[in-house]
Amino acid sequence: MTSNLRRRWCAYRHDPESFFLFLSVCLAALLTMLALVFIIAYILIKGLPNITPELFYSKYTSENVSLLPSLINTLFITALSLLFAVPVGIGAAIYLTEYARRGNRLVSIAGITAETLSGIPSIVYGLFGSLFFVKFLGLGLSLLSGALTLSIMILPLIMRTTEEALRSVPDSYREGSFGLGAGKLRTVFSIVLPCAVPGILSGVILGIGRIVGESAALIFTAGTVAEIATSIFSSARTLSVHMYSISGEGLYIRQTYATAVVLLMVVVLINGLSGFVAKKIGGINTGE
Amino acid sequence: MMHIKEKGMKLLFFLTALVSIAAVILICIFLFASGIPAIRKIGIFKFLLGTKWKPANNLYGIFPMIAGSLYVTAGALLTGVPIGILTAAFMAEFAPKHIYLPLKSAVNLMAGIPSVVYGFWGLVVLVPFIREVFGGRGMSVLTASILLGLMILPTVISVSETAIRAVPESYYEGGLALGASHERSVFFTVLPAAKSGIFAGVVLGIGRAVGETMAVMMVAGNQAVIPDSMLSGVRTLTANIVLEMGYSADLHREALIGTAVVLFVFILMINLSVSLFKRRVK
Repeated sequence: MTSNLRRRWCAYRHDPESFFLFLSVCLAALLTMLALVFIIAYILIKGLPNITPELFYSKYTSENVSLLPSLINTLFITALSLLFAVPVGIGAAIYLTEYARRGNRLVSIAGITAETLSGIPSIVYGLFGSLFFVKFLGLGLSLLSGALTLSIMILPLIMRTTEEALRSVPDSYREGSFGLGAGKLRTVFSIVLPCAVPGILSGVILGIGRIVGESAALIFTAGTVAEIATSIFSSARTLSVHMYSISGEGLYIRQTYATAVVLLMVVVLINGLSGFVAKKIGGINTGE
Repeated sequence: MMHIKEKGMKLLFFLTALVSIAAVILICIFLFASGIPAIRKIGIFKFLLGTKWKPANNLYGIFPMIAGSLYVTAGALLTGVPIGILTAAFMAEFAPKHIYLPLKSAVNLMAGIPSVVYGFWGLVVLVPFIREVFGGRGMSVLTASILLGLMILPTVISVSETAIRAVPESYYEGGLALGASHERSVFFTVLPAAKSGIFAGVVLGIGRAVGETMAVMMVAGNQAVIPDSMLSGVRTLTANIVLEMGYSADLHREALIGTAVVLFVFILMINLSVSLFKRRVK
């Protein structure tokens, strides 16, 4: 190892340009890592001491800007969005991979639209949601409007990951199932889908991450009411929106830090989970 | 019976496949139908090129915001792209596995951090820093550019890394065989070969930077005038919408939707160029 390093070092002395290139990639990677560590460490150090039990009271008042209601609303809106996006996304992916013929027009159009959807900025989704769900369909500023908007936002993600997962299931599985006399539907549901579950799950987890972090698309669709939603038609703010609202007022810097910590923890947890699932997928692929 | 079930489910799957298409169409219809009449009423040139945004005086020129979005995006590219591509090169060609894995999860985590958290961090760390070092109020083009540069890093890194890994090993080996060092082979044969993939990553980064709302709004100052220096405040198209949508009415509200139309068209063009590049890669 050390002799290897020494040899490299000698080579660099005759070739300063290579050394410079090597140095620049290392510095860039270091900078990326340091930026992330700096952001997370700063938020944690400033935020952890500010996490107080009062922040988890179920009632939000201007004296005590409790984050618990928003946390619960975040759960509601996540569940509701997944309820819409996951079945539709999986269904669409099943059609595109299992039913549509290769080279089908619909497949390429659906691919283009999904790509378009994934590039649209969240504020545009927010405006669309407020024009369509809130005004046109008359759902008002509500959990339902917010969740519908977010479900369109995460739909391409779910579709793409599910499609990839379905495509990675070997054709021999399907042929085996057909050979045993199963119909198309049974083959899809009892052979292909179960194999694709880890891939689908990683897409869903990524989707949850986007929902939890979203704020711009929710302000004009779900509103900013800081109480626990009593029905899907009541307006409610999620944790990200909550953090945005209290950071703007300037009075609640300490509470904002604490909220940031909670948000970060959720995101880290989600990321860890998706990494874990991804590892599972790797295990399956190498097993074959 | 069996037959009906099969057919029915096939129809159901078909309908779900149409949802994403329907969504794009609906988004286009609703945005354009509410935004374009306002743009017409104001006058398309007055709207796009007008330099005064004063809704109280019925002046709706969004040029300052267009310029603002372009400035911060350019700034984000200047800070984010070189670091992003170099980091991608490091990850694909230089990093040993025990460094690669943590770096990879760091990049994934960076992509997952909510924009409000980035914005808040920018507000409490970057803004005071810029104020101390460069003077001014701290909320500026420069601050927004640095923060956005950080936020587009994960996009640039992961797309570029994939592109670099897709280059056939023989290119690299050919470089070595001609007597080039590891670094020279990577930089002068592999990276040029991955050019279009890397470019797609950069364009996706542009899309993220243009569309980013909350984080930019929290650190940019939001004055609706064309910034005259790196240290003056700036308002982007996205910030314009969020800042005023809450209390706007009538033509003002429609002008804001018109702002979203401009943003949307911009993003569509970016998307189109990405898919063109992807096709070329294939």
